[in-house]
Amino acid sequence: MLTWIALLALFLFSGATYAFGRRKAQALVRGQKGALHSLPGYHGSYVALWAGLPAALVVLAAAMFGGRMEAALLRADIPPAVAALQGQMQDVFFDDARALAHGGQASETAYDGDLRVALEAKAQQAKRLEQLIRYGALAAGAVLGLAGLALAYPRISPSFRARNRVEGWIAVLFIACAVTAILTTVGIVASLVWESWRFFQSVSPIDFLLGTDWDPQIAMRSDQYATKGAFGAVPLFVGTFLIMLIAMIVAAPIGLFSAIYLSEYARPLTRGVVKPLLEILAGVPTVVYGFFAALTVGPIFREGFNSLGRLMIGGPLDGLGVYLSQVQNQMALVAGAVMGIMLIPFVSSLSDDIMNAVPQSLRDGSLAMGATRSETVKKVVLPAALPGIMAAMLLAVSRAIGETMIVTMAAGLQAKTTLNPLDTVTTVTVQIVTLLTGDQEFDSPKTLSAFGLGLTLFVVTFILNVIALRIVQKYREQYD
Amino acid sequence: MTDAALPTDKAAFRQGLETRLKKRYAQERRFRLYGQLAITLALGFLVLLVGRIALQGYSTFIDYQITQSIYVDPAKVDRSDIGGANFDLLVADQMLARLGEKDDEFGETSGKMMDIISNDFGFQLLKMVKADPTLIGKTVKVTGPVKADAALYYKGELKRSTPEEERKLDNRQLTWLDRMQASGAVSKGFNFGFLTKSDSTEPEQAGVLGAVVGSAMMLLVTAVLAVPIGVLAATYLEEFAPKNRWTDLIEVNINNLAAVPSIVYGLLGLAVFINWLHVPRSSPLVGGLVLALMALPTVIIATRSALKAVPPSIREAALGVGASRTQTVFHHVLPLAMPGVMTGAILSLAHALGETAPLLMIGMISFVPGVPEGFTGAATTLPVQVFIWENASERAFHERTAAAILVLLAFMIVMNLAAILLRRRFERRW
Repeated sequence: MLTWIALLALFLFSGATYAFGRRKAQALVRGQKGALHSLPGYHGSYVALWAGLPAALVVLAAAMFGGRMEAALLRADIPPAVAALQGQMQDVFFDDARALAHGGQASETAYDGDLRVALEAKAQQAKRLEQLIRYGALAAGAVLGLAGLALAYPRISPSFRARNRVEGWIAVLFIACAVTAILTTVGIVASLVWESWRFFQSVSPIDFLLGTDWDPQIAMRSDQYATKGAFGAVPLFVGTFLIMLIAMIVAAPIGLFSAIYLSEYARPLTRGVVKPLLEILAGVPTVVYGFFAALTVGPIFREGFNSLGRLMIGGPLDGLGVYLSQVQNQMALVAGAVMGIMLIPFVSSLSDDIMNAVPQSLRDGSLAMGATRSETVKKVVLPAALPGIMAAMLLAVSRAIGETMIVTMAAGLQAKTTLNPLDTVTTVTVQIVTLLTGDQEFDSPKTLSAFGLGLTLFVVTFILNVIALRIVQKYREQYD
Repeated sequence: MTDAALPTDKAAFRQGLETRLKKRYAQERRFRLYGQLAITLALGFLVLLVGRIALQGYSTFIDYQITQSIYVDPAKVDRSDIGGANFDLLVADQMLARLGEKDDEFGETSGKMMDIISNDFGFQLLKMVKADPTLIGKTVKVTGPVKADAALYYKGELKRSTPEEERKLDNRQLTWLDRMQASGAVSKGFNFGFLTKSDSTEPEQAGVLGAVVGSAMMLLVTAVLAVPIGVLAATYLEEFAPKNRWTDLIEVNINNLAAVPSIVYGLLGLAVFINWLHVPRSSPLVGGLVLALMALPTVIIATRSALKAVPPSIREAALGVGASRTQTVFHHVLPLAMPGVMTGAILSLAHALGETAPLLMIGMISFVPGVPEGFTGAATTLPVQVFIWENASERAFHERTAAAILVLLAFMIVMNLAAILLRRRFERRW
């Protein structure tokens, strides 16, 4: 709360200095703007930036990191009674001291004797430190603000290049924003690698990537049989692959033919209606597809296969009939088919763009030689667009591998190494969700294995994306 | 001989030509048909998806309310301990009395009655009596919904023809429901409660308000972060940055980030924002942060293409009259590119609105019975609400899931329409 008030005050202060700077610049040349290097507003902004920005940064930093600073300072000297405590109990002690000082939730540990005295002393110290940091930051902000004003205000003169200075600050802001994108990638890679590394300390990467048994149960007591759990991810990879394959079998032909029709045959009116409708299909959230798969497609497929199976029982294919009559809702086919529907607009709009980039002169040449439209498409447009279409398919594969909600809601949890589309399989993303939702303790291999899976997922999709984007870029340049 | 043979050869040649041509035309028609078939299939799926969900969900918006006069019996409600009274039982007894039945000594009959009327009656009565203790000994009118299973019976989804042991309500309860409806005590109306209440363990009292507010708060955080940062980053890359290895790297990196699976962003949020920076779990703040990182690449890509569409002559004219590059960009190029930028921003926010997987990673799966208390309080969002309700075993939650999807789709369509209108209204050809 205090931080917000301080920031508001700084904002008002900086606004006032803007007016001062502007007025001074105008007064210096008696209103003749032509005599100034920069417009008066830039002089004002220059002063306001110096007066406001450094102070605001200090106040914000104190608000964000004040708690940590206080905790670190509190531990600077450890009383002997506390030093005798076991490693973890020391952390608890200091947390309790801070909780006592700031009215937080303390642990239920009972302290007596020397410890009680030490706790009270530390709580007092924590209170003092908190106030020191808080008011220190405010004082530093005030000093910095005034110093900034004192530094910048005298610099204003007709020949002062205020605009260039202000634009220098803006350039810094620009670069900071562009670097955010890099930082995101660094963040993803660092967090995945760090947590995976911790995971691979208890499970070897070879067992993880090549093991065929996935059963991430951790025993509650250390003497229980299944202490370690099994972390062989091959069944998950196979399940992911199977569902991706089914999805692509659905999406690739339908998406590609839609794109061919839209770009080569459809009249502008048809195109104008169909394209937005396909965009709606692309905009439907995946959780909706998941609901559709779990409660509509799943039961329909099950009923269909069950009744087909019942018809076949007693016939020449009796065994297959018995099997079919017992398939469940959660088969790979359901999740794969619905994911395929989700990918249709993705494939079609990418392929459409790529075919539109093929120059019209190629088509005209082919048509002028007497080829029909379909022959033109098959022999000229498609070969020319082939690399781009391959790239589109790769991007679709990467989407299918990373898709989470459809498989979480419609595929199973049982890890099986099978390529039977009627069987229930599980995928990498499903396991990440199940491992990380629900109660978790952060040091067990069970939760950490989710990061191992996440890293694998990231690496695979990253490679697919890089290849696909490379192809698309190279291909675009060809016709530009 | 050749002279005589020629005409037949010609005829044969012509015939061959014609059959070939016929074949080629047939092939052409087939190819065209495949295209039409593919589009029909794709649009058919869309109709099937939306139609099926609308069919499953529309009945949620109808609800059945009972109005009952209840005598607040001083013998059962203790003036000194109002909260201790069993209002549910009081309501159930008087409902039974209205049907001419009496509770048995084990409370089984009243229990059965409590299974068909919502405990909202009890809540309402408790609130009324607490607010005004003089009501004890008087008769008050209370209106409340029937339980979800009873509503399913009224809607015809739970049928009497199903064997008794396979349905939630037994014959006696169905007869009560029939008699109550025949006596005119039950009124059918629009279910405002679904839009004005938050999640509840009782399906008939569950609504989407909390989820809608949670989604709105999270989108606000996302918009405030992703749009300015994305627009500035794109402007820098497009208008200022020198073309060198570093900017190429940033560009490749941004294109890749746009294709990273959303669940990976969830893992990032869990590791960095929650475990490292200690942002409160399942709060709109952390959700908005994660979605902002996810939306950033798409905002950047959309902004860059909008900036590319502004012709260089505009820039040259501004630079020619002495504007600096920053002035050129902020005074001329960005305002002209704004419609495209806003369209891209709205579309990526719409995408963020429908995202679920990364939110599950940051703990947004818990039961939140009210509207979120603030940006750091526990919250749920519409897609997550859909996921939670889909997992619920009660059948009444399934129709609510579909209805929540309808609400979600309505928001998506509004956002997409806004983007399309913006594009139409301000589209400019140079």
